[in-house]
Amino acid sequence: MTEVTADIATATGRLDGRSLFKVGERTRKRQAAERRFRMMGLAAVIFSILALIGLMTSILSNGLSSFRQTYVTMDIHLDAAKLDKQGNRNPADLEKITTFTIQPLIQSALQKTMQERGISVDGVNAKKAVELISKEAPAQLRRFILENPQVIGTTVSFDLLASGRIDGYYKGRVTMESAALDRNISPEQLMLADKFKQAGILESRFNWAFFTAPDASDTRPEAAGLGVAILGSAYMMLIVLVLALPIGVAASIYLEEFAPQNRWTDLIEVNIANLAAVPSIVFGILGLAIFINFVGLPQSAPIVGGLVLTLMTLPTIIIATRAALKAVPPSINDAALGIGASKMQAIFHHILPLAAPGILTGTIIGLAQALGETAPLLLIGMVAFVREYPGAPPEGFFDPASALPVQVYNWTQRGDPAFVERASGAIIVLLIFLVVMNAIAILLRRRFERRW
Amino acid sequence: MTLSLIVLIVLGLAVIGYFFGRQRAVRTAERDGAKLHSLPSYHGQSVALFVAVPALFLLGAWLFLQPALIESSISGKIPDSAVPEGGAKSLVMFDVRRIADGLSQLVDRGDMSEASLKDMRADVTDVRSRLAEVGVALGSDVSPVVLEAAKEYRSIELTASFFRNLAVLLVALALGAWSLARIQPRLRARNISETFVTALLMGSSLVAILTTAGIVGSLLFESISFFKMYPARDFFLSATWNPQFRGGSDLGFLPLLWGTLYVSVVALALAVPVGLMIAIYLAEYAGSKLRSFAKPAIEVLAGIPTIVYGLFALITVGPFLRDWIAQPLGLGSSSSSVMTAGLVMGIMLIPFISSLSDDIINAVPQAMRDGSYGLGATKSETIKQVILPAALPGIVGAFLLAASRAIGETMIVVMGAGAAARLDLNPFEAMTTITVKIVSQLTGDTEFASPETLVAFALGLTLFVFTLCLNILALYIVRKYREQYE
Repeated sequence: MTEVTADIATATGRLDGRSLFKVGERTRKRQAAERRFRMMGLAAVIFSILALIGLMTSILSNGLSSFRQTYVTMDIHLDAAKLDKQGNRNPADLEKITTFTIQPLIQSALQKTMQERGISVDGVNAKKAVELISKEAPAQLRRFILENPQVIGTTVSFDLLASGRIDGYYKGRVTMESAALDRNISPEQLMLADKFKQAGILESRFNWAFFTAPDASDTRPEAAGLGVAILGSAYMMLIVLVLALPIGVAASIYLEEFAPQNRWTDLIEVNIANLAAVPSIVFGILGLAIFINFVGLPQSAPIVGGLVLTLMTLPTIIIATRAALKAVPPSINDAALGIGASKMQAIFHHILPLAAPGILTGTIIGLAQALGETAPLLLIGMVAFVREYPGAPPEGFFDPASALPVQVYNWTQRGDPAFVERASGAIIVLLIFLVVMNAIAILLRRRFERRW
Repeated sequence: MTLSLIVLIVLGLAVIGYFFGRQRAVRTAERDGAKLHSLPSYHGQSVALFVAVPALFLLGAWLFLQPALIESSISGKIPDSAVPEGGAKSLVMFDVRRIADGLSQLVDRGDMSEASLKDMRADVTDVRSRLAEVGVALGSDVSPVVLEAAKEYRSIELTASFFRNLAVLLVALALGAWSLARIQPRLRARNISETFVTALLMGSSLVAILTTAGIVGSLLFESISFFKMYPARDFFLSATWNPQFRGGSDLGFLPLLWGTLYVSVVALALAVPVGLMIAIYLAEYAGSKLRSFAKPAIEVLAGIPTIVYGLFALITVGPFLRDWIAQPLGLGSSSSSVMTAGLVMGIMLIPFISSLSDDIINAVPQAMRDGSYGLGATKSETIKQVILPAALPGIVGAFLLAASRAIGETMIVVMGAGAAARLDLNPFEAMTTITVKIVSQLTGDTEFASPETLVAFALGLTLFVFTLCLNILALYIVRKYREQYE
């Protein structure tokens, strides 16, 4: 369009013997500039989409393997003479069983299995062979015995966690070459693991424990799970929902419907706009100084995290709610007032229900933001190593817990590369939660949004 | 009586009050043969509000203030001789609180009676091992003074909780009875309950102000105590950052400021052109097909938590830059670097900039575009010479908002930029930022009252002031710009 007009302009002036259909030098330059600009725009879009793809591939390729875990299955004889010397199955005495008592049971069971199946690798003695099994296995066994004292004296088939290196071998993280340089595992042990696999003793399967087990220490990445973190995050989301939704909606109703136009209202508005842009870490400092040091709430507790995240989520909810309230046409309000409703009745009986889908959408998006927030939680002590599940609410709100994003950070700070896999796996879990929440928000908006 | 029980009781009283109020209103109306001013449910509502709200407020305020008040009264009684050499009183108080908690647990479990607790003496009983039974692990043996303080702490706390419960229940009952007693047909119950609700609504909107006040208050308070211990001139003007656990640290702010600005500049240098071009392309060029695919994809980028970007920097971008660029060029061998953090942060900021600029570009009136096309300008000429100059103030505002986010971003720099405080020009060296140091100073095991910990509050205050100024400026510019075209 534009180049034709330009050409006509020259045509009416002076033709210089050129054809109207021949593109002039200047026009060509301008068209080239136009194309270049367009290409730059397209390149920017492609770059950001590639960045998104790169991000997702990196996380998925590192993390998907954490949903599978290698287990060693074998029969273990729970020797009554060793486990229960008194022979009375007294729970108080059983409490005293240590993992040091159980470790030999596993070792002898493994030896027996190897002999029965005729598996052996030169240079791997019984002590080396048992290193294929996670250090968490005796603790796992001990918990089982304490819960079921009647099994003492019998032979039970157990699925024991394989050690992190063996697990990594079947996920491609550990190779024969790297094992040769590794103090924790040798190529011979890997060969033994291969033979176990052929014999069907060792296999990979879906890793349920990843979602339920608590965190584990530095040397046992194979046992680390997200149980405490998911519970802690769920508690905090509950607190945020219970506090931020009513306070946010109430504040929005006041500002949108009742607030007089004066300095005081302006101050509140400016405050909300600014709080939405305050760096999240500052909220962490607030939590540490006020909730922990001044009020004396415990560190690492979901209640403190919940309160801090509530304050952070409020601006999001207020902004969304005000937009939803504004979107309800004034005629509804006028009609309600016209038939004799009070202002409060008009709002609570008519405007608020009509604005509810918008409010809910905003709340879910605010919750999704809060779920992924990490920095403030670091400052209020949620990085602590927590193995105990928090109790049932409301008392459980005061127990130490972790949170999903903080658990990710925590795992990235550990030495063993197996924790990187766990961290990426935890990110996938976090992203799944976020996708589900956002999908619900979008569905709600599609289903209930009304155009007036 | 536990906290949740008392809350439940108050709520239960409120429900009962509602029905009593309703019933009473209907009865009095029948008895007097008069017409009620308000619907019966409003009478019930006003009773319920008077029962629940003041009582719960009292409970909240009490819970908020009690620990601080008890603490100050106890800590006045601990002589300075009980504070270990080089330690702080706050640490002793921390122990006192934990011991008191442990003692309560011992009593709760029935391992110890109140009487035997009273006779417990630190030089006779092994308090430490008793407390270890209930999971309270102490670093050292308990001195008699501390044990006495803990016992007193516990007894004050018990009395205080008793009075708290009493006061809360009394307030609930008294106000409930009063509001029940005044019910009569002519009572304007609807107006009462509506005024009450309006007050509640207004109170909720004050939370925003309280939050800001809390932030400013806590930052200022702790920063002042930091500057009492450490000269402000050294903090703002020194170029060495070298905290020591044993004291005598250099806490110079300049290397952190340099790292923060360097990372932010790299991030903005990537994000602003790319974000702006995306906004322009999607608004002016893209077909509906591409738009319907690209817009959600970019919004997805905006919804990803920063910890994900941090992990991306740590496991992918950092090693990639180190192996393919920094090491071949001999620029460094660290995978965490200014470049790593800056690039990843840039990716994080792209959707932020593009959605802000999108709004701004759309706000430029169509008439200006049409005028430009009418003069024969091409699309790109129109954008470069008409739309962008017209949208410039808005874009500057978006730029400032993005800068404020870049400066305050934490997780990406914690995981991508490194922890070494240095003033260097090489972008492939690890450097550190203000936010990284806030995290590392506050998550370490240093005691709270030392300058090494308190410096985090001074850093936080500087960060807050920085971002606040940027935000206010940006909001002001954006608002002015919007008014221009409305």
